[in-house]
Amino acid sequence: MTVAEQLPQTVQVPPARRQKIVSSALAFVVTLAVTLFAFPLYWMVVTALKGDAEIFQSPPGMVPHPAIWSNFERALSQIPFWSYVRNSLLYAVLSATGACFSGAMVAYGFSKVRWPGREVLFFVVLITMLLPYQVTMIPTYLIFRSIGWTGTLLPLIVPAFLGNAYFIFLMRQFIRTLPDELSDSARIDGCSEWRIFTAIVLPLIKPALAVVFLNQFLNAWKDFLGPLLYLNDPSQYTLSLGLQQFQSANGQEWALLMACATIFTIPLFVLFFFTQRYFVEGVTFTGIKS
Amino acid sequence: MSMTVGPSAPLSVQARKRKKFWNSLGLGLLFVSPWLIGFLTLTLYPFFSSLYYSFTSYNILSPARWIGLENYQKLMSDTKFMASIGNTLYYTVIAVPLGVVLAVSLALLYNQKLPGNRLFRTLMYVPLIVPPVATALLWQWIFNPQVGLLNALLARIGVVGPTWLGDPHWSKISLIIIAQWGVGGSVLLLLAALQDVPRPLYEAAEIDGANLWHKFVHVTLPMISPVVLFISITGIINSFQVFTEAFIVSGGEGGPVNSTLFYSLYLFQQGFRYFHMGYASAMAWLLFLAVLIVTLIVFRTSARWVIYDRS
Repeated sequence: MTVAEQLPQTVQVPPARRQKIVSSALAFVVTLAVTLFAFPLYWMVVTALKGDAEIFQSPPGMVPHPAIWSNFERALSQIPFWSYVRNSLLYAVLSATGACFSGAMVAYGFSKVRWPGREVLFFVVLITMLLPYQVTMIPTYLIFRSIGWTGTLLPLIVPAFLGNAYFIFLMRQFIRTLPDELSDSARIDGCSEWRIFTAIVLPLIKPALAVVFLNQFLNAWKDFLGPLLYLNDPSQYTLSLGLQQFQSANGQEWALLMACATIFTIPLFVLFFFTQRYFVEGVTFTGIKS
Repeated sequence: MSMTVGPSAPLSVQARKRKKFWNSLGLGLLFVSPWLIGFLTLTLYPFFSSLYYSFTSYNILSPARWIGLENYQKLMSDTKFMASIGNTLYYTVIAVPLGVVLAVSLALLYNQKLPGNRLFRTLMYVPLIVPPVATALLWQWIFNPQVGLLNALLARIGVVGPTWLGDPHWSKISLIIIAQWGVGGSVLLLLAALQDVPRPLYEAAEIDGANLWHKFVHVTLPMISPVVLFISITGIINSFQVFTEAFIVSGGEGGPVNSTLFYSLYLFQQGFRYFHMGYASAMAWLLFLAVLIVTLIVFRTSARWVIYDRS
């Protein structure tokens, strides 16, 4: 399994040294790979701190000197940043709340409540995951348009309360790991199904709720097509849409664009830094255990 | 509850069974009602009305007019539509296999017991945290032909870099490179799968005289094949729908010379720039059929290379 066995056998090196060479070679490759993934982000921040002259300097400098921190202030003053943040937060927090609410309740219905037709309908849930969003995009737009919701955040938030197949699947996988005895004994004690759900199951699935909340928060914060379709008034723009509009207006202002992109990304980094366990769990949990 | 039998009258076994059936059905439906409402209004109804619109001429302002197969016929002679299919296939055929190979390689690398594993996982995942709009802007800057990072590095080794996103021959390659930056999600999935491979299998293979390559092909690869299948299918479906990055780097145009006019981008233009809702719906349905066919093919052939039995 180690690369050691691949080294040509003719090279006479003592095993201990050979081991050392191999592990430092591996460490080198690993460092290189990590650098390739991390460096673009470093470049984003570095560019955001450069002055105009330095931006167009060739070859480009790896460290800005002096670092122009006022680029950030300039970027913030050129876009209604806080209004964008407020809209993005509204979209992200409300839709994430909706995803948790609908995901947990529906997943409970698909895992612990026994009812005829359950398996068939759950199969339908799985099927809908394969449906490209483009198929429903136009009629959905027309529905929201006909009830006057275009130009508001409602078409972005309300659907989250109506369940997302992926999150339902994820939650169901999680709830299924809870022993049936738990809910069965509560039922014998005369507990209502709703009470079992809220008092017993919900507290036990907090990790899954965190995974869903964070994922939907991230999805909403990153979403571009949704705001592009439904928002037309700049006061409603989310950061995604605002940044895109800023780019079409200031295409060559790279320092400002990178400053905006940096500020746009930082909240997600902070969130990720404190909760990365849940992100990684979410990826591995849904991908494998089926 | 029952209309015919009073609460005091004894229920027949059958009636009791029937009552239990309806009660449990009602309870189940109540719990899944958020999804059910969403499914009926935001999936099923749009699904069929999209099919209906695809046979109409509809510009939102005046009512939809039935025109039969005209949209589909027009699509067949629409050169931009054909270009968008070509672009999307080109992108899929290169980006998906490249992504799988890259992800498997990186996962194998990190499956070695190395220090800094946690840091690696974090850094792998980080590009997925960056919003696509920011990602597209960042790479547009890196790909800048005159003062971008990439061509500056290429110049160091004496290579004159292409104009990347400005060159129709390189623009799709550029977007494929951007997509590879987000390979970390697949790597994490594969790492989890690799850690599940039973050690005795490797020991048995070693006793049989297997070398590193044999062990990879005959033990590792079969064991992680379900995850490879999952990555491949989601990869194909996602690249059929690539949109945001192409929209940002081309200002919504799909240029230069339609080279980044991907299927979803052209569909969006038809639907929401020209308000050809019927035409765009026809495109959406063809996309749906394509996704369906590809998924079926991958599943059918996967029986030959995916191993689910772990005994």
